[in-house]
Amino acid sequence: MQTLYDKLWNQHLVHTESDDPGSMALIYIDRHLVHEVTSPQAFESLKLAGRKPWRLNSILAVADHNVPTTDRSQGIQDPISRLQVDTLDQNCDELGITEFKMNDLRQGIVHVIGPEQGATLPGMTVVCGDSHTSTHGAFGCLAFGIGTSEVEHVLATQCLLMKKSKTMRISVEGNLGLGITAKDIALAIIGEIGTAGGTGYAIEFTGSAIRALSMEGRMTLCNMAIEAGARAGMVAVDDTTIDYIKGRPFAPKNELWGSAIAFWRTLRSDADAVFDRTVTLDATQIKPQVTWGTSPEMVTTIDGIVPDPARVSDEVKRHDMQQALNYMGLSANTPIQQINLDKIFIGSCTNSRIEDLRAAAQIVKGKHIAANIKLALVVPGSGLVKKQAEQEGLDQIFRSAGFEWREPGCSMCLAMNDDRLIAGERCASTSNRNFEGRQGPGGRTHLVSPAMAAAAAIAGHFVDVRKLSNE
Amino acid sequence: MEKFETITALVAPMDRANIDTDAIIPKQFLKSIKRTGFGQNLFDEWRYLDHGEPGMDSSQRKINPAFVLNLPRYQGVQILLARANFGCGSSREHAPWSLQDYGFRVIIAPSFADIFFNNCYKIGLLPIVLDAAILDYLFEEVKSTEGYRLTVDLQNQKVISPKREEFTFEIDIFRKQCLLNGLDDIGLTLQHAEKINQFEQKRRNEQPWLFM
Repeated sequence: MQTLYDKLWNQHLVHTESDDPGSMALIYIDRHLVHEVTSPQAFESLKLAGRKPWRLNSILAVADHNVPTTDRSQGIQDPISRLQVDTLDQNCDELGITEFKMNDLRQGIVHVIGPEQGATLPGMTVVCGDSHTSTHGAFGCLAFGIGTSEVEHVLATQCLLMKKSKTMRISVEGNLGLGITAKDIALAIIGEIGTAGGTGYAIEFTGSAIRALSMEGRMTLCNMAIEAGARAGMVAVDDTTIDYIKGRPFAPKNELWGSAIAFWRTLRSDADAVFDRTVTLDATQIKPQVTWGTSPEMVTTIDGIVPDPARVSDEVKRHDMQQALNYMGLSANTPIQQINLDKIFIGSCTNSRIEDLRAAAQIVKGKHIAANIKLALVVPGSGLVKKQAEQEGLDQIFRSAGFEWREPGCSMCLAMNDDRLIAGERCASTSNRNFEGRQGPGGRTHLVSPAMAAAAAIAGHFVDVRKLSNE
Repeated sequence: MEKFETITALVAPMDRANIDTDAIIPKQFLKSIKRTGFGQNLFDEWRYLDHGEPGMDSSQRKINPAFVLNLPRYQGVQILLARANFGCGSSREHAPWSLQDYGFRVIIAPSFADIFFNNCYKIGLLPIVLDAAILDYLFEEVKSTEGYRLTVDLQNQKVISPKREEFTFEIDIFRKQCLLNGLDDIGLTLQHAEKINQFEQKRRNEQPWLFM
């Protein structure tokens, strides 16, 4: 009677100082994803200590945070960004690490390319110096973000020192309504348990609504586990998982495929497994979600209003809400559908996969962005997603509607490259964080699903995507 | 890593919940390939009135006189009082680096985000969890008493106030030993290299597809 998390933990346990479940354990790492922002200091320290990576073929590297999404033929213009990407290239070349360089068709956001390449496989431990590594848990993996010291630790030892988490099951039962997506489930969960609700836990998402999700949807959901405070989110392996992996470049082939899937099918919680906490949501009640504040838990539904801090009794919370409203330039009790937008961002490791782009394209097809929208960006998650979308004609749909069709990268999710909001600008974004300054200093972010972002682009303000679907 | 011993130091209050890593160190400063120099950009968007970019001379920038760490009474601070879920958001170790580089040795809060909490230990910055009610009390004390200093005794796991009140905190024994002795995690793990090799070999035999 083990949970999926217990199984994954036990299968990777190399050493523990004592049998006490609270003691530090040495956990083996199967896959180490590396990007340019959190690795240079780790490579430098490794070199200074005279150490080498423990197992080169566990590592896959890509530059995604700093890369331009416009014309790349001239390289990166910003010298500081360029140095960081060059440093990754040099480290990978020197050490013999597999890297998809900026002009490689396979380049993209690290959490998009891992699964796309089959480099993320069920039963693995997957780490990366990036909090959204939780994404890979969609494949029945134990996947979580680490800091730079830990990046160095994994490079040097193929292991991490860690404590076992508590387990939380979030069960979402029933059928999702038309136009409701994994992003809405994720935001509804965060609205329910808060951004610290999952702190100290590994979350397993279960229930009929989760089983009905595509792998893209499951990745969106697990991606946002960290926004609920949980380092890891996961979904059990089923046919959907296995069908997605089959035939991908790094996936097992021929005679190994059979043994792999036989093992992968054991990667589920036992029926009688006990979780430390269980949360249940009714999928039929989930509406399109829109955040109104500066934390993902500051979220409401499309038919809702901006809440009134005066109605909150907790002093710290009331103060935080008021600060958020001031920053967001919003008044209490404003209907969400009356919030006008300046920019639209469809992209990020949360929502830049082919299914996301299809959902957005379906909404904008034959229409045009509203006059008040200064910029609407579509940034595919990888070169291969971009190519696929172009084969399906999605780029033409977006371009005809007034969107810009860009090269893959993290882009305006965190605005480390040139894609960013100007102070005071308001954006409907498919990304994962609405923190102050996240998309540019003074920028105001509302988190939504791709369909909701697309609908907002056409209307110029938030609209209920369910009503469009009925037209 | 520098050893952590008992310190007695000036305290500053950051009276706001859910302070995220983007607030602690904004993304433009993450482009650095170095581990040092982040202190001048700690809380950059709150601390300065102008917009900061890497390479700017911070002594020439307009500071926000209302921001708590800019108040004269908190100059030389080494202990930060914070609210719930401090350090939420990204995994950037630049957040603890910037706090440490600014001069902080200890952060006291009712709760921390997991990755941030973990990252702090790796560099010898001590995150201490105390009950929210104790934090409420300490916030009142530090705001009402200029020059308020706390003692943090890691060996005995106590935070001690000027009135000799003692607040005990929990810490994992392994992490405590690492901090007290300034031990390097990697060196410790490599003592188990043989065991890691054996584990890896077994795994390679059982799931060869993981090693291609």
